[in-house]
Amino acid sequence: MPSCPLETGELINLLVAALLELDRNAARDCFQRSALVPLAFAETVLAPALERVGTGWERGEVALSQVYMSGRISEELLDEILPPQQLPDTSHPAMAVAVLDDFHPLGKRIVSSVVRASGFRLADYGLIGVDDLVRRAQNDGIRILLVSTLMLPAALRVRELKECLDRDLPGTRLVVGGAPFRLHPDLWWEVGADGTSATASGVVPLLRRLIAELP
Amino acid sequence: MIEMTPLERVLCTLGHREPDRVPFFLLLTMHGARELGVGIREYYHSPELVVEAQLRLRKRYGHDCLYGFLYAAVESEAWGGETAFREDGPPNAAAPCITAIASIPGLAPPRIEGAPGLMRVLAVLAGLKARSQGSVPIIGTVMSPFSLPVLQLGFENYLELIYLHRELFWELMRLNTEFCVAWANAQLAAGANAICYFDPLSSPEITPASDYLQLGGAVARATLPRIKGPTATHLASGRVGTLLDQVAGTGTAAIGVSAREDLAELKAALAGRLAILGNLNGLEMGGWSPREAELQVRRAIAAGAPGGGFILADNHGEIPWQVPETVLEAISETVRRYGSYPIAKEVSPDA
Repeated sequence: MPSCPLETGELINLLVAALLELDRNAARDCFQRSALVPLAFAETVLAPALERVGTGWERGEVALSQVYMSGRISEELLDEILPPQQLPDTSHPAMAVAVLDDFHPLGKRIVSSVVRASGFRLADYGLIGVDDLVRRAQNDGIRILLVSTLMLPAALRVRELKECLDRDLPGTRLVVGGAPFRLHPDLWWEVGADGTSATASGVVPLLRRLIAELP
Repeated sequence: MIEMTPLERVLCTLGHREPDRVPFFLLLTMHGARELGVGIREYYHSPELVVEAQLRLRKRYGHDCLYGFLYAAVESEAWGGETAFREDGPPNAAAPCITAIASIPGLAPPRIEGAPGLMRVLAVLAGLKARSQGSVPIIGTVMSPFSLPVLQLGFENYLELIYLHRELFWELMRLNTEFCVAWANAQLAAGANAICYFDPLSSPEITPASDYLQLGGAVARATLPRIKGPTATHLASGRVGTLLDQVAGTGTAAIGVSAREDLAELKAALAGRLAILGNLNGLEMGGWSPREAELQVRRAIAAGAPGGGFILADNHGEIPWQVPETVLEAISETVRRYGSYPIAKEVSPDA
């Protein structure tokens, strides 16, 4: 006998537990027990669950490995229930994510998972230097650029990136993240970025604000 | 009190007694290149330059150690990886050297004498020992077997190895443990007095605290007793959080703690079981004025130094290239001015 659909709050609780336990089957069960269409499930259950995982990391209750694995499981689930070709046409300004001047993409991957699970489309520029990043952003008409860094020298190069964006793609908003910005909370504005977030889940409300403020 | 040598000072504080003054470690690496006016890449390829610079930096700032660390990727180089050098920051591991986890069972730990980067580190340690006459502690470093795979595999692949391929994970831990023990003991034989065991992956910020005893802690307990000298565990900016008791149980003598943790609370919680190394914020240090450096040092001394068991240092295990000499001088001067035992109440700028 099919079980009754669960309330949204209960679904979020179950999904958070499934994600932290790395239990893909339990995560899939949450969707099946929701009686929601895939897009509604992504927006009202999956995204809030990831946000709660991210908040847990900020509070020291959840580890980065759990944040990453939660993102992976969520991406897999999302691809399964809502393949990229079935996503509705984008209605937000063009956005992209990149790792600046480094070889380690973990932070970018986590941010991508959370942002996509929240219904945004995001171009992925991979591991890239300042010149190529500006050129690609210009070609794609990017209005909001998310940049992940791991080490301090790369974080300091954001200043140069911002100058190039202001010159070649004025009005584009720049969001930065990664260890240097978490450990040095004032660094983001010192290098001229338009925003930062200590967690991937915090990027989503920041994006909504920046989108609303775009001319 | 009679002035102690740096080695006496550090041994005294590791014994949880108060030495003549607070020992401080300026864990300087790239500043050596600046001191000698050479590029970072050239600097790291010449043990003679590193030895000369370490001695000059210690003479200039008067800190209580000599640091044999070159860069973390020297270990992944030994496993076949490549290193990307830059002129404004530390060398970084380039693409992962283990490209397929299925290859792990066929791997063997690299021979130290077959790895040019490791041999350069041993030459540095031998040179420091020969020229320092035994009065200054010489610090060697290893990446923990549990943390090294971030460089060997990349962060994402490694997290998936841990959680989705546990058998292969343990096989890699076995290989890395053999390498780590051999590498640490080679450094001790070459001239290091102690080994800093860098283990950022074990921080509860990176892997769950509930997993520590089964993962990073289990690896540390299998590794540290086989290292033939004292060790300090360093989480490289990561918080130790609730793991204090478990880390103390691995046999390490000290722990490097995060700038985002309360030194006084940690000191009380450790109650003489582990010495503390830390916790000046290295990333913020680059923007400090000399006055700000003084205030930060005084706060750290006031919170961590009473009773001994405390070495003032940065929170990451390496001071960034961007930190100016004026800040390093201010740190040194403040320790000399305010760091004498017993620590006076007015050392705290907030008192």
